Amino acid sequence: MRRFNLNLWLGGVLTLIVIVGAVFAPWLTSLDPVFDANLMYAEEPPSGQFWFGTDEQGRDVYTRVLYGARISLTVGIVSQIINSVIGLSLGISAAYWGGWWDDLVNGLTNVMLAIPSLIFALAIMAILGPGLPSLLIALGLTNWSWTCRIARSSTLSLKGQGYVQAASTLGYSDIRIMWTQLLPNMVGPILVISTLGIGAAVLAEAALSFLGLGIRPPFPSWGAMLTGARELIVIAPWAAVFPGLAIFVTVLGFNLLGDGLRDYLDPHMRTRQQ
Amino acid sequence: MKDNATTAPPLLEIRDLHVHFPVGNKLFARNRRLLRAVSGINLSLGHGECLSIVGESGCGKSTTALAVMGLQEPTSGDILVDGQSIIGDNAPGRMDRARIAQMVFQDPYASLNPRQTVHRSLAAPLRLHGTPNSEIDDRVADILKKVGLLPEHGARFPHEFSGGQRQRIGIARALILGPRILMLDEPVSALDVSVRAQIINLLLDLQEDLSLSFVMISHDLGVVEHMSDRVAVMYFGQIVELGRWDAIFARPTHPYTRKLIATIPDPDTVLHPDRDRRAGKAPEPPAGYRFCPEDIGRPDVYSVPAESALIEIGPGHFVRCATA
Repeated sequence: MRRFNLNLWLGGVLTLIVIVGAVFAPWLTSLDPVFDANLMYAEEPPSGQFWFGTDEQGRDVYTRVLYGARISLTVGIVSQIINSVIGLSLGISAAYWGGWWDDLVNGLTNVMLAIPSLIFALAIMAILGPGLPSLLIALGLTNWSWTCRIARSSTLSLKGQGYVQAASTLGYSDIRIMWTQLLPNMVGPILVISTLGIGAAVLAEAALSFLGLGIRPPFPSWGAMLTGARELIVIAPWAAVFPGLAIFVTVLGFNLLGDGLRDYLDPHMRTRQQ
Repeated sequence: MKDNATTAPPLLEIRDLHVHFPVGNKLFARNRRLLRAVSGINLSLGHGECLSIVGESGCGKSTTALAVMGLQEPTSGDILVDGQSIIGDNAPGRMDRARIAQMVFQDPYASLNPRQTVHRSLAAPLRLHGTPNSEIDDRVADILKKVGLLPEHGARFPHEFSGGQRQRIGIARALILGPRILMLDEPVSALDVSVRAQIINLLLDLQEDLSLSFVMISHDLGVVEHMSDRVAVMYFGQIVELGRWDAIFARPTHPYTRKLIATIPDPDTVLHPDRDRRAGKAPEPPAGYRFCPEDIGRPDVYSVPAESALIEIGPGHFVRCATA
């Protein structure tokens, strides 16, 4: 029997809550996150009618947090997929082929690590202009250096292993070796760094939107909601607390899920199917 | 038995193989030196023969094996299979090469992909080489039986096996494409002593059944004694003695070979310390020559080795000497 994996379950449940909230938002609330503004109900505290209270324009914070999850998850997952694809292909190929390609990728990675990624994303956003597509590009191009580093060091330690050499002598092409022998054996660390990356991207989206360079105000992004709530933090703290809590739960959920999945995918814990 | 070398080209021939590695700082050329891992190896392997290459760690025996397998680019020299060069411009592709030679690795714990079942590790190369899907399961079951495992074992992951069983799987993988040469890189040195004999016997049986030719890399002369037809003793990049195994063990001539053989634990020596069957009197080098290298224990792998040649002192028995 497999040992109970608390990280996996807790992370899975938290992530599932966020995903269900994002996917089923229209069924979980009857209000619209943008157009159902009513100044009559501005800055109402949480109640039976407005579970998370209302903001300065009288919009339901609960509704906006639900719809905000759609943006945060899209940004987090899509940008991390872009990061993983870039980081893995550069890191694995650099370490496997070596030579000038390795030097080039290494140099590039070091440059990327030296530039604070949020500043770099800010610069890209300033060029591309605000909006979801430019947010995905900006965050997808700026956060691959750790994935690349881990993929590179994993490849360096794996490529001397007998099974990688055997694959080469059995006629596998380089790409096939990378895909079938190297990649599956670095799933653990890559998954962990990717889930951390999703969390980081959710935070970066919030930060960029908070600075006004991400999602434009009427649309419900958690970062943009925090910007709006900044001035009312004393009068209506709920308008800031609930988007903040949503960010916290999402980031924590993905991080726990990453840790849990790493243990789960470890082949040494896999028992034979009888 | 192996005297047909004059009529047909040998199965495998290594001609003047050199492998050098640049070491030291990449930026400052003044610190850069060449490490001469292999400097001028000539060897041939006949059909159905087992040739052993012995020597201590770092003598270049594994580098030679990797060069034959195509895993290490030689600096110069040629490697021929049936008289056809397998390196350089006319080299066969990876797929053709895969059917010529396969390798059994030293560490059975690192030589199997931990994320693939045994069946998958064995079936993937077959699929890659175009075996029809309907035959794959039978071929895999067949090879598992040949190496002394059960077809049911295919569903398991490598970590569910013991070291000896893993080495059997490693041998199965090396044989799955039906290669002609098996490169055995210290095939039993990572195994428990009690399992070694089983694996050696398995290899000998397979050699007979499948008419395989072996090149065995080892530092353990005890294993070599049981398996080889011929033995090449390597010392820091060069062959110092080469001959049939009985000649090497009965009349070790080069000082380095004698030193190696003296390290084999011998029960007679322990029981009768005054009667060491191997020590004897050190043989003299052939007239007009001196053994090369004379100074064992202080190898210099960075400079060009001194002028020397393999001198024949008996039928097929060569010793490295330099003119006195």
